[in-house]
Amino acid sequence: MRRLIVRLFLLGLLGFAAFWFLTRPETLPSDALEGLTADATRGETVFYAAGCASCHTAPNAESEGAPVLSGGQSFPSPFGTFIAPNISPDTTHGIGDWSALDLANAIKHGTSPDGQHYYPAFPYSSYSRATLQDITDLHAYMMTLPADATPSQPHDIGFPFNIRLSLGGWKFLFLNDDWITEAATPELERGRYLVEALGHCGECHTPRGPLGNVDLDQWLAGAPDPSGKGKIPGITPAQLDWPAQDLVYYFETGFTPDYDSAGGHMAHVIENLSKLDAGDREAIAAYLKALPAGQ
Amino acid sequence: MKRRLKTLATATTLALLAGAAFADGHVNAAIKARQAQMQLYAFNIGQLGAMAKGEMDYDAAVASAAANNLLTLTKMDQSAMWPGGSDSMSVDGTRAKPDMWDNFPDVMAKGKALGDAAMAMQAAAGGGLDSLRGAMGALGGSCSSCHKPYREPES
Ligand code: HEC
Ligand code: HEC
Ligand code: HEC
Repeated sequence: MRRLIVRLFLLGLLGFAAFWFLTRPETLPSDALEGLTADATRGETVFYAAGCASCHTAPNAESEGAPVLSGGQSFPSPFGTFIAPNISPDTTHGIGDWSALDLANAIKHGTSPDGQHYYPAFPYSSYSRATLQDITDLHAYMMTLPADATPSQPHDIGFPFNIRLSLGGWKFLFLNDDWITEAATPELERGRYLVEALGHCGECHTPRGPLGNVDLDQWLAGAPDPSGKGKIPGITPAQLDWPAQDLVYYFETGFTPDYDSAGGHMAHVIENLSKLDAGDREAIAAYLKALPAGQ
Repeated sequence: MKRRLKTLATATTLALLAGAAFADGHVNAAIKARQAQMQLYAFNIGQLGAMAKGEMDYDAAVASAAANNLLTLTKMDQSAMWPGGSDSMSVDGTRAKPDMWDNFPDVMAKGKALGDAAMAMQAAAGGGLDSLRGAMGALGGSCSSCHKPYREPES
């Protein structure tokens, strides 16, 4: 919170020129990925851990077979409705001509190849914590998926949010790659990476501030459902007392301890988590159990 | 004459009210029935899950009985449990989204996918713990594939 106030204050002090300078779309140095070799098989794990298909497949797409990332799902928000774009390897309508570095700039900095800001409906404020090795592998895997020529659709966003330049201020305030919690063991570190970076669990399970930012003071404490109906449950030990083993089983099969089964967006998340190694599901459960109680 | 008209009007009103009350009770009963049906799925899967998780010793006979029950449940004709006007926009006490009634062929397909997964579980449940464990994921996936589009979040 204090950091936020300081940043707001700084922002107030700076003139427009400085504002533009500070909030210009950030990119990685052009040699950032040098020396990294791409492994598409590892990239598949990154792809599922990060849940790219949950947002970028067509609405109601079947989950069998290789995912077709043709886009088209809509995401309502207080700022308007975002439509996920085509990110299949089609060179005209998708990202077939993107380099791994282009993808890394999009994922870590929310910056497009032509230097525009992306909206944080694309959860790069979590993905910013991803490693460059993982992104290199992810790029290799995504290029093996089927190309699709469905054109991306424009978002339905009102003024002033439709001005991408205004996102520079948002990023200045809220985009960083600091970890949110401490991790004492390698397992907790892996769990933290899967939850805070790739799994972007906080994007749904944490309430948002007035500017649509994840409220870190209420990390994973539950939030209203963005559809406007009902809520997304809190998953810290203060709200959820499932034993670690039950959490792991939920991530594997979708069954709760009462043998109800997951629904809504969480069903997508489980489809993805069920494809990971058992050790990764255990690491996520360990991370949740180790969160400070009483949040 | 006037009096007779009045009586008729009252009778008609009462009949209409009774109709509404019947429809209400009918809708409520249907919602209860389908929620009970879901609970029976969950109860029987609970037996299988307890073994899969290692909370209960594996017993082929108990596992097969639970899987048989589940398969029988999936074969029930549920059409009367989902009357029009029993969705979450029309009445309280249900999490069934109205979309269900607009996408009936898809709902039937999800129902059939559950039937297939229950059949696979029936074949697997008596064949040892690993075989039971192996069938749980697909079963859970078939439940979630319908809860994903058609069930409202918890309020
Ligand atoms: C919560 C939904 C969501 C998830 C999960 C998600 N995205 Fe996106 N993505 C979006 C939205 C919405 C946009 C549009 C952003 C904009 O136009 O500013 C987008 C934009 C993009 C773009 C820019 C495409 C273009 O044409 O410029 C790329 C590339 C991308 N996403 C890749 C990914 C990858 C890779 C993953 C997984 C690591 C992922 N996305 C996960 C919602 C999502
Ligand atoms: C796209 C939104 C979204 C994302 C991302 C997401 N969840 Fe969820 N989660 C939900 C919703 C919605 C539910 C409620 C599911 C239901 O209604 O059956 C839920 C339920 C849960 C539950 C069960 C809680 C309960 O009380 O029933 C756990 C545990 C959970 N999520 C953990 C996670 C973890 C760990 C991650 C990251 C790997 C994650 N979720 C990512 C939306 C999300
Ligand atoms: C064809 C769609 C469909 C399938 C398949 C399905 N469900 Fe459901 N389930 C629903 C809907 C819709 C509701 C909400 C019903 C309501 O509130 O009226 C629900 C509710 C539930 C509930 C809560 C009942 C209550 O008391 O409110 C449980 C538990 C449940 N389902 C378990 C399961 C399990 C376990 C399976 C798989 C074996 C399963 N369901 C398969 C659609 C489905």
